[in-house]
Amino acid sequence: MKLSQLVLAAAISVSAGSAFAAGCKIDGRVSIVGNEFPAIHAVVEGAKSCIGDEIKANLTADHQKINVAGMTSSPAEYTSALISNASIIALLNEDLIRPLDSLVEKYGQSLKPNQLIKINGKIMAVAFMVNAQHLVYRSDILAEAGVQPPKSYEEVLVAAKAIREQELMQYPIGGAYKAGWNLAQEFINMYLASGGEFFEPGSAKVSINNEKGLAALEMMKALSGYMNPDFLTHDSNATNAEFRAGNVAMMNMWGSRAATLTEIEGISEDVVHGFDISGPLIVGKSSVPASTLWWDGFTVAKNVSDADAEATFVAMITGISPDRLDKKTSSLAVWLIDGYKPTQKARGVSDAIDMETKPYPIKPYMGLLHTALGNELSDFMQGKEDAKSALADIVSAYNSAAREEGFLN
Amino acid sequence: MKHRTFFWFTLPTALAMLVFIALPLASVIIQSVFTPHEAVLVESENCGPFGCTKTTVIDQDVSAALRASEPLGRFVGLDIYLDRGHLAVNEVAAAWRSSTSVGNFFAKLNNLPLYRAMAFTLTYTFTVTPFMLVFGFIIAVSVNSLNRYLKGMVIFFSLLPMIVSPLIGSLVLFWMVDSRGILGSFLQWIANDPALSVKASTGLTWVMLIVYGVWHAAPFSFIVFYAGLQTLPGELMESSQVDGANRWQQTIYIVLPHLMPLVTFVTLIQLMDNFRVFEPIVGFNSEAHATSLSWFIFNDLSGETRLLSSASASSVLTILGVAILLAPVLVRTWRDFKVKG
Repeated sequence: MKLSQLVLAAAISVSAGSAFAAGCKIDGRVSIVGNEFPAIHAVVEGAKSCIGDEIKANLTADHQKINVAGMTSSPAEYTSALISNASIIALLNEDLIRPLDSLVEKYGQSLKPNQLIKINGKIMAVAFMVNAQHLVYRSDILAEAGVQPPKSYEEVLVAAKAIREQELMQYPIGGAYKAGWNLAQEFINMYLASGGEFFEPGSAKVSINNEKGLAALEMMKALSGYMNPDFLTHDSNATNAEFRAGNVAMMNMWGSRAATLTEIEGISEDVVHGFDISGPLIVGKSSVPASTLWWDGFTVAKNVSDADAEATFVAMITGISPDRLDKKTSSLAVWLIDGYKPTQKARGVSDAIDMETKPYPIKPYMGLLHTALGNELSDFMQGKEDAKSALADIVSAYNSAAREEGFLN
Repeated sequence: MKHRTFFWFTLPTALAMLVFIALPLASVIIQSVFTPHEAVLVESENCGPFGCTKTTVIDQDVSAALRASEPLGRFVGLDIYLDRGHLAVNEVAAAWRSSTSVGNFFAKLNNLPLYRAMAFTLTYTFTVTPFMLVFGFIIAVSVNSLNRYLKGMVIFFSLLPMIVSPLIGSLVLFWMVDSRGILGSFLQWIANDPALSVKASTGLTWVMLIVYGVWHAAPFSFIVFYAGLQTLPGELMESSQVDGANRWQQTIYIVLPHLMPLVTFVTLIQLMDNFRVFEPIVGFNSEAHATSLSWFIFNDLSGETRLLSSASASSVLTILGVAILLAPVLVRTWRDFKVKG
């Protein structure tokens, strides 16, 4: 689906959300747990405008480590978890979130149909923004090196070689390649771009040990040759810092972070003016981008009273109500909210949607594979083992975890 | 002491130990031999902003019934302990059979998470512990001979590494050894190698973690030894002076033997602490180069799907590891106690 269609759908639906924001009153406990980035802050700030009861929020990058535990008890500590299409898996697996159909019917007039996340026919979450990784680059450096902005990772390698040979930068490529979650995500991007499937159809048997997996690894290795040697310790924040410092010319970055990348103080003029965004990169002959589509949304805990659940839903709906969109909040993310008009900075994510990037797969055992990838890929990236044994290691690590969790026998 | 009095006297301690030590231990052991039920998967259609896809989800109704009938899960015995994430018996056996030499066998062993983690953990434990004992002792003796007006100040600054939270301490050092940081650039200048990066090399990362470990733990042994030095009998030192002992001889023959029980104590505590090394690994982002059992537990519990059984098994293995490490020291203490008793 194209972004313009997403937005069009918004225009058609009736804007009834303003009714809440005008005088949102809640009668119940609201406690939110979620990730920490500017768009999430904006949503929670909106939710906090409700009066009547206290609204607590715990926003941290470690939200995944605490949301399951915090929602297991009864009554649950958190009445709402802000999640993405990956982190909803754990909550679904443990059966910790409630269907929202009746609440949506009662209070969800401002929501568009594509905001409703339906799992097996029931609405389990309400999405408010989309996200994807895409290319962020320095147009000035690329021009100086005499290369066009790359469209594929092969072109990135060519551009990086040119930049290094002309001694413009020693390590022109940036990437969130930190061992663990980030590194695994980069593999997932590359592997999807080559058209690979992670699991055998209809089973939890992993199927990455093939030519496509090898090709994905070889490309990652080639890219890392142009990265700061510390790349295995660089997460998105560290990679952004490298870009801001003017040490990086091209990187694959999250849309939610790219938009505000150069908006802090102390960044040199060159970086601010050279900063540019384009869509996700492709690999080889395939037209599938090496990226994944994500949505972020909110859920309501199962183990809370109906009154608390209602209050939580009302507060969250207020947080994402269309009249919360203004010049400042519009640039923070690619919102699914009614009335949102994509800003120039949203180009990367909207290109990702137009290029039919695949969504990050929602499968009960995907998290286990992600963890296994994160743990086992670093040996290969350091050159301690070849791609073949790295893939074999990933499969065995995944198998032992999947057996433990009862997904495999 | 009468039996009755002894009973009432020790009852609170015994109760506390039961509740806070024995029960959690039993719980961890039980959790490590049970795993979640086999997942009941159903085909489902999921819809969202990017359209609808056919996928699988867990059938919650059936799963809930399964969980209700057997809340502990499936009994798997020692399976988790023996799987690849832990002792990896099958993989070790296969590696042994297919190895051409001992070196080759160890290279293969190093590819298995637990053995790789143990290689680092044991190296860390057995380098940090002696170094921090020696440094702590040297600092204690030096501070003790300072002018008493200076002492308070110096003690405060010497304790700083321990006061600073381990995560903050390691982050500060982490930034400094960055290839663009002050220490990192200094090392590049010394080695005359502009591409040198501490964080990109396994060996240098280990050295960095060990240096950090000593820096962080030395104040602990310092303060214990310093307290011990305050109980050093003055007449002993004086008489040794009369006998013509120099400063070095005094330290070796009087001060050290006097502090020996404290050395045992600090060694015990530090062996235990260093074996459970965790914060520096997280602080230095060094998962790619060095891991430990404690880090395994953290990693198992922080993924999208939490591996509780695996984390419990790692906990039990940590406890066993600590017990094995401490055994020699404990046996020695027990023998000393018997001799004295």
